[in-house]
Amino acid sequence: MRKKKNTYLLIKGLFKGLAITLKHFLKPKNRVDKGIQSEDYFSQRTGSSTLRYPADQIPVPEVGRYQLDIEMDDCIVCDLCAKICPVDCIDIEAIKATEDIGKTSDGTTKRLHAAKFSIDMGKCMFCGLCTVVCPTECLVMTSEYDRSFTNPQELNYVFAEMPEAEAAQKRELAAVAEQAKKEAKAAALANSAINKEGQI
Amino acid sequence: MAFYFISIVLLGFIAVYALMAVWAERKISAWIQDRVGPVVTGKYGLLQTFADIFKMLQKEDITPTLADKKLFLAAPILVFTAVFMGFATIPFSPTYISSSINIGIFYLLAIVSIEVLGILMAGWASNNKYALLGSIRSIAQIISYEIPAALAILAVIMLFQTLNLQEICMQQGILSKQKIYFFGFWEVSKIGGVFAWTIFQAPHLFIAFIIYFIASLAECNRTPFDIPEAESELVAGFHVEYTGFKFGALFLAEYAMMFLVSMIAAVLFFGGWNTPLPNLASFALADYTTGTYWGIVWILLKALSLVLLQVWIRWTFPRYRMDQLMTLCWKVLIPLSFVLVLFSGIWKLFILN
Ligand code: SF4
Ligand code: SF4
Repeated sequence: MRKKKNTYLLIKGLFKGLAITLKHFLKPKNRVDKGIQSEDYFSQRTGSSTLRYPADQIPVPEVGRYQLDIEMDDCIVCDLCAKICPVDCIDIEAIKATEDIGKTSDGTTKRLHAAKFSIDMGKCMFCGLCTVVCPTECLVMTSEYDRSFTNPQELNYVFAEMPEAEAAQKRELAAVAEQAKKEAKAAALANSAINKEGQI
Repeated sequence: MAFYFISIVLLGFIAVYALMAVWAERKISAWIQDRVGPVVTGKYGLLQTFADIFKMLQKEDITPTLADKKLFLAAPILVFTAVFMGFATIPFSPTYISSSINIGIFYLLAIVSIEVLGILMAGWASNNKYALLGSIRSIAQIISYEIPAALAILAVIMLFQTLNLQEICMQQGILSKQKIYFFGFWEVSKIGGVFAWTIFQAPHLFIAFIIYFIASLAECNRTPFDIPEAESELVAGFHVEYTGFKFGALFLAEYAMMFLVSMIAAVLFFGGWNTPLPNLASFALADYTTGTYWGIVWILLKALSLVLLQVWIRWTFPRYRMDQLMTLCWKVLIPLSFVLVLFSGIWKLFILN
């Protein structure tokens, strides 16, 4: 007896399901495109659930953690971001400048040249740690999210790249300055040693 | 000459049909789910599947390193040729059938079984656990469901006493040489139309159609019987390792198979190329609408409606579990189809004589 009833319910259920899908299939009202801009988009009971990307996009929060972007003029090349990055996707090469090379917008003095500054977004896991440690707040995440490339190399965003000749020259200058500093230091040390001896 | 011409036309037709069927399926599924479906490529997105197939043909053809190279290549070819060969014995109109052999329906059942061999080859050769699991499931399913399908077909051919599909079609319309009875009491040999179709010749044949239809869904691996492909469990089942052209061939074969089983259903249960319009008094509609071209139109309309029904069912019902699938087959459909065969015998012996 129970079995008979179950079979009846089963068949009834099957037809009910077919009726529901048919109802949706036949109602063009359900396919009217309202678009995300309309007021009641999220509360509507009818209308298409398709969002016609890219013509129609859901607004994203301005503080979204999407693509990394850097204001190179404000970067002091302190290497903190590269050090904290858990996946090591930031590549920085710093060259010491012989004198101060300017100031960032918040008044910090810049003393290092960025010979190389690149972030590989293919490796990045969007943790945002680098933006937190950046002392000058020049490294930020933007709300842009739909970037795609046909060539994986393009995922490596290069923000600064000094021409090799210029970099070599800078390096040499830095080395010379370093040498000079070392000599001065050695001389000073020797001086102070003599002074100390004299005191004894 | 005509033979080659027709087979090329048929191949072209199946390719175009498969592309349009994929488009239709996407559109129907979208509408059922309140989406809009493909809209960008061409009017109403009509060119979407053409774009997809061109993309697919350009793709790199990857064979897994540990795959059995020969079987891996042979599987899609076997599957597609098997399905395509099936169309040989389908009558398209009173005057046209590629091969009017007198074991027509038997041949078709064999063809449908060859497909399972191709699926096993694809699953085994891929050397991938998902593919292998999918093909094993597929075999268990197709072999089981062949029995109720064959028995339901047997119930029909017992009434017609022939395996030739052209003759089965003849006996369902005004061209019949035998007498046709509507449910056994009203002679409709001269009236024809919808009254002369198989499902109206005896009361139990509609149930036979339902059994055949359920079994044919299982044989095409369509939802609710798509456990060999089961996207949510097996990624894509037996064709998970296929790319590019080979994947395209498997895909084409799947849709061609849907069309083939619908053609068989149309021939066996819905009068094949016979018109649905009856001769009523002085309006000899059936006489007007029977002929070579009308026949092609009618049988295609019937088969395509059944394909549509398959798509509708796919987007309505969830998937069966393996044990439920086997329960349905062995405990419900097979006993029921045996009863139908018995009933067919009784009907033939006592009512029609
Ligand atoms: S967001 Fe995280 S992973 Fe990405 S670059 Fe910054 S620290 Fe590295
Ligand atoms: S932490 Fe900020 S200032 Fe320091 S190197 Fe990175 S981006 Fe430049």
